[in-house]
Amino acid sequence: MDIRSLETDLRTLMLAGLDGDARAHRTLLTGLSSHLRAYFKRRLARIGRGEADAEDLVQETLMAIHTRRHTYDRTQPLTPWVYAIARYRLIDSLRRTKASSKDVPIDEHVDLFVEDDTGAVESGLDLERLLARLPAKTRRTIQLVKLDGLSTHEAAARSGSSPSAVKVSVHRGLRALSLLVKPRNPR
Amino acid sequence: MKTDELVEFLSIQVEPVKATYLRRTLWLSLAVGIGVTVCLMLALFGVPTYAFDAAALRIQAVSFLFTLSLVAIGARFLVAVARPGEPGYKALLLMGLVFLVLLSAGLIALTLSPRAAWHAMLFSPQWSMCLICIPLFALAPFAALIWVLRRAAPTHPALSGATAGIIAAASGAAIFSCCIPGSSLPFVTVWYGGVILLCALVGAVISPWFLRW
Repeated sequence: MDIRSLETDLRTLMLAGLDGDARAHRTLLTGLSSHLRAYFKRRLARIGRGEADAEDLVQETLMAIHTRRHTYDRTQPLTPWVYAIARYRLIDSLRRTKASSKDVPIDEHVDLFVEDDTGAVESGLDLERLLARLPAKTRRTIQLVKLDGLSTHEAAARSGSSPSAVKVSVHRGLRALSLLVKPRNPR
Repeated sequence: MKTDELVEFLSIQVEPVKATYLRRTLWLSLAVGIGVTVCLMLALFGVPTYAFDAAALRIQAVSFLFTLSLVAIGARFLVAVARPGEPGYKALLLMGLVFLVLLSAGLIALTLSPRAAWHAMLFSPQWSMCLICIPLFALAPFAALIWVLRRAAPTHPALSGATAGIIAAASGAAIFSCCIPGSSLPFVTVWYGGVILLCALVGAVISPWFLRW
């Protein structure tokens, strides 16, 4: 797929996501993750780092894209915005591991999108352990919504709380998750 | 954790985001910062009682025009530089132009007045007040802007910090000029323009600490 039609597709999904369309948002993140994976693997392979490190970066970048959605200017193309975030995360990761930003060649945003890679490995993050750290009520609500695929209202009825309480629980869970996926020191 | 799981997680609840969210948050926070500074000014100096004659009014108009245009252009640029990627640099040039205009006006005013008056013009008694109060008055707006930037995604932290420094110092200077107005054009050039640039420098140096994400 050429970069121009990719840009159009991804941007459409992004705009729908910004208007609150969860399915478009998920499709966008899934689509981006394979491009990000190919990009990070290629960059990290040059300095001899493995696939798990690349996967960590994919997840950090997706998290940044999600939590900083409001910094996307709807009048601009999407791919340079994604590329800027990915590049920032890559440089930050190299800095944390004492490599230098000289290891990141100046390339263009299209380089991020020339390949995709769906061969996901697991990152070093443990979702079960994260869930275990949350308060029981929050955890139960998240499981109802996430694992059982219930809507906010159904989950509220099932757990005997209000829809807004469910929203707060999910929000707390996501916040805890975003703190976990935050850049860490090298293990 | 698998990336698919993360994606699932992030798509549970997708809140709509308003297109104007970033700009609005920035202006709102700046307004809060300026409000705090106005309170600080009232606490330190009380309600301004300065009687303006025609000449003082002219200088005051120039100070306002200078500082408020810096705030307006700077805020515009800050919205751009708070986003990841390359901002357009037109606003930055415009800010340079504002400084240049003030500098030329100050120099012209200086050459038009007798040499003997230069020292008094440049170092009228309020100069040390400017040096202390403008950075002091810039603190709250600066903190407010850093708060917004931390929630955004600046990929040029030093430039973002310098811009935040200029906006904060310019709004501080505007508030300061209400109670202790500048006495001449050259004075405004040196002690407003200069101190604002100094705050930009400080902002550029300290901000990268705060603006990692």
